[in-house]
Amino acid sequence: MPQEIIEVPITGKILSVNVKPGDKVKEGDILCILESMKMENPILAPVDGTISQVVVNADQVVSPGETIATIEH
Amino acid sequence: MFGLFESGFASFTWGNGVMLVIGGLLLYLGIVKKMEPLLLVPIGFGVLLINLPLGGLMETIVEGNVVEAYAIGGEPAGLLSRIFYYGLVWEIVPCLIFLGLGAMTDFGPVIANPKTLILGAGAQFGVYAAFFIALAIGFNINEAASIGIIGGADGPTTIFLTNRLAPTLIGATAVSAYTYMAMVPIIQPPIIKALTTKEERAMYMKPQLRPVSKLEKVLFPIIGAIIIILLVPKSAPLIGMFTLGNLLKESGVTDRLANTAANALIDILTILLGIAVGAFMSAASFLRAETLMIFGLGIAAFAASTFFGVILAKLMNLFLKEKINPMIGAAGVSAVPMAARVVQRMGQKANPRNFLLMHAMGPNIAGVIGTATAAGIFLGMLG
Repeated sequence: MPQEIIEVPITGKILSVNVKPGDKVKEGDILCILESMKMENPILAPVDGTISQVVVNADQVVSPGETIATIEH
Repeated sequence: MFGLFESGFASFTWGNGVMLVIGGLLLYLGIVKKMEPLLLVPIGFGVLLINLPLGGLMETIVEGNVVEAYAIGGEPAGLLSRIFYYGLVWEIVPCLIFLGLGAMTDFGPVIANPKTLILGAGAQFGVYAAFFIALAIGFNINEAASIGIIGGADGPTTIFLTNRLAPTLIGATAVSAYTYMAMVPIIQPPIIKALTTKEERAMYMKPQLRPVSKLEKVLFPIIGAIIIILLVPKSAPLIGMFTLGNLLKESGVTDRLANTAANALIDILTILLGIAVGAFMSAASFLRAETLMIFGLGIAAFAASTFFGVILAKLMNLFLKEKINPMIGAAGVSAVPMAARVVQRMGQKANPRNFLLMHAMGPNIAGVIGTATAAGIFLGMLG
């Protein structure tokens, strides 16, 4: 199954993680909320699929390029 | 005679009633709709206070007589007229707010992608468009400049310029600028949509900008201040404070000062600014045809700035090898970070892979510099 790896786009802090492994997601669903530049930014699923892995936790500080989650589609 | 007999009801006019509704509306937008609450709540409450007669909050002494409304040239004698006079007329509050804004701003996206500076300049066309429209419909040249600058969507700059050029308009231009800043998420999207196709909005930009070194970040405010102030000397109060605030943040040795400027100081100034601007909106000085025209021209200026920003981004794409998403041009108005956030949301909606925030921050920050510089140019010509 093809995989899509969702990466952190910008330095910030994960406020909440909205999915867990095994969840089915649709394109545009919110995977997690990333706080950056004093703004809450949702990170969205780019494809329909199933979450196979979630790497980040709430309150974690993340840098660009780190993996947030993997979606199988 | 005695305070007991001096109730405000007898002096209450229908205009005060209208202003109470407007003040209530600003409070509603701030508290319920959460639109720029940090500004709209103090402004809205200031409007309420000043339209309850006989409170004396904006009293001014003119040639030995106490005048209830603020009178330009008089000596302030009320709580809010003093805040207004020493804070705004002396230009201390707007300029120190720029110090705090500088301490909050990360110039990284501009340094990493200096092309975006051009977009910040592009959005200033709206300022000049509104300036000429205001001139054409009969405002004098100083008033027209103060109205045009609303298009930059920058409150402190608008107050700074209006105070110098057309002080009687300060209530109308300031409230107009802050209202439109608060309404960025409502005003900009339809204009951006009308100017772009879905494919353009979905255009993907790589999230990674190049890393910016500490040396670059320290040098940027220093060199920036020297170049901009030499070019446009009258921008010195705003640009000087803005770049100093940023240097405090980036130098790495003045974190305490940067923290105070970006948090405690700017909060205090925001309270003073909000309530003083609200206090300028008494029925007598606000309920005039002129004010309505300024609101109308203000939104035209702001819409035009958004328009020219997007068009300029599209023009740049004709020459750029690595295309940019044309929406980031709309962030060239200086409403930081609301305009960048609008672009981020629309980009993500068109394409969930897109994350345009840091790309939009570049023009957004450049817009702040651009608007302050445009104000400096107006001052140099007219002040």
